[in-house]
Amino acid sequence: MIIDLEAFIERERSFWDELESKVKSLERDPERRLSFDELQRFHYLYERAASALGKLRTYSLQPDTVEYLERLVSAVYAEVQDGNRLTRHFSLKRWFFVDWPASVLRHGKALVLSFLVMLIGCFFGAVVLWLDPGAKQDIFPFEHLMGDPSERVAREEGRLEQQGSNYSSVFSAQLMTHNTRVSILALSLGMTWGIGTIVMMFYNGVILGAVAFDYIVSGELIFLLGWLLPHGIVEIPAILIAGQGGFVLARGIIGWKSPYTLGVRLRGLMPDLVTLISGVALMLIWAGLIEAFLSQIHEPQIPYAAKILFGCVEGAALFFFFHHFGKRALADEAKEGEARARAPHSRRLG
Amino acid sequence: MMNGRRLRLQTPDGIEFSRPIASPLVRMLASIIDYGIILAALEILQLPFAMLNAVAFDVAQAIVIVASFVLAIGYSIYFEWKRRGQTIGKRILQIQVVNDQGLKLNFSQVVMRNLMRVVDQMPLFYLVGGLTAWLNPKGRRLGDIVAGTVVIRLASAAAPSFEAAQNEKFNSLRERTTLVARLRQEISPELAETALRAIQRRDSLEPHARLELFTKLGQEIRSLVRLPEDLFEGMSDERLVLNVVEVVFTSRG
Repeated sequence: MIIDLEAFIERERSFWDELESKVKSLERDPERRLSFDELQRFHYLYERAASALGKLRTYSLQPDTVEYLERLVSAVYAEVQDGNRLTRHFSLKRWFFVDWPASVLRHGKALVLSFLVMLIGCFFGAVVLWLDPGAKQDIFPFEHLMGDPSERVAREEGRLEQQGSNYSSVFSAQLMTHNTRVSILALSLGMTWGIGTIVMMFYNGVILGAVAFDYIVSGELIFLLGWLLPHGIVEIPAILIAGQGGFVLARGIIGWKSPYTLGVRLRGLMPDLVTLISGVALMLIWAGLIEAFLSQIHEPQIPYAAKILFGCVEGAALFFFFHHFGKRALADEAKEGEARARAPHSRRLG
Repeated sequence: MMNGRRLRLQTPDGIEFSRPIASPLVRMLASIIDYGIILAALEILQLPFAMLNAVAFDVAQAIVIVASFVLAIGYSIYFEWKRRGQTIGKRILQIQVVNDQGLKLNFSQVVMRNLMRVVDQMPLFYLVGGLTAWLNPKGRRLGDIVAGTVVIRLASAAAPSFEAAQNEKFNSLRERTTLVARLRQEISPELAETALRAIQRRDSLEPHARLELFTKLGQEIRSLVRLPEDLFEGMSDERLVLNVVEVVFTSRG
């Protein structure tokens, strides 16, 4: 059977035009709310266009018109099913105090895994340097770490006029951007079933462990703490959270014992992953500023005790932030979940 | 390899539609355009800070470093989020990022597919992402797989007019009602569609390809329905196909 195409298109065209103009108007103004009558008309036009599409496709007619209708119907479907219209508006305050700490705590096991891999790397780096002090050349990425720690301390403390150099801002910017790039990579490598993330966390641990060992055995523990603690107390947790994100992604990819498809699993994890990496970027901006403007200034300009105390205060604040706000957010989520679970039941009883 | 691949969707109420998937080559060209725009923007960005360099070199350079980083990461995120899945490069080449469920893109999807570029770009020139897109049935790079997105090709937006296909007024077949009825009975929808497409696109064909195509279609029609010699004497195959398509697809007043 072949339908009278000319008459069919002539009859339907005005409905398609009307639907197209309504879609365009909604696309231009995503905040716009339709009245009940408008909604009814919109739905009627949508169903009519979908029905026309079905007919044209069934009889394999007019490929260009089918293409046009498919585009129109898909655009309307996206508007009709737009979940974004129902979700609450983004609130920076809510994101900072609720979503971010909750995301970190919700995937606590991945954070522990990230920490353990880095810790093993630390031990490995320390042991390698203990067994072969010449391995510095292969482990340390920066030239200034190659020499003897005590010589470096003497040099840094003697360079009064150069501490807090004229290039602190550039250094800070480089640190922020480099570390954020590394963190994005650590998270993205979760795609490799987590293997890439493990390698990155382990490698970072090796460097950290080797540097710490080198300075400790040289008797420069105080300098090390004064140098690393002010920024490291934020930077290292940031890298750990990036690794956590990588392991969360890997869990979604592997889907061990999950009844859901890959797409469903990843869709569920995506908001948390974005929240985690956004939080990491925020932490790294802070760490970059501190590293450039405070960590690189040593005694006698700033006493090590003050820098260590500053680092401890930062660490305590960070711990309090995640522990307090994260627990509270998760408790609220649990309550909301219970209320939702009870709601249909109570309606049935009512 | 990607030719003809489509993203097929079925809504919960049973409506089916499909969208053509963009080829990795077109996506690569769009990326090149976008990189060009980013590089140009970076150059422009340097200008206002060049003067500041003289008085505060450190701060000016730091701002440039951070701004360049934000621009490189944020360009695609901003445009894909604000411009419905289209960066400038994608807009020029008429491709668009869409949700693989047929829904609107959400912010998390846009961010994830762009952050995952660091892996897709490995080891050089999007080798990982390009190969993945080439092999994936929906042409998705790793970022698309994680974010649940697909890049589609936008076909022409306007509904083609049926009249354009039949620009010649006289059709001797119109008067032969019995013959028209037989043509409608014998010609399959598939053949009718092929003939219609051939007419709609005949002007875009090379002369020899056009001649060959309409000769084959004419032979196919003649093999299905015995056509009176007097009516088609001296008539080209193209004209024959045109007349047949007109009477098959239109009702008689």
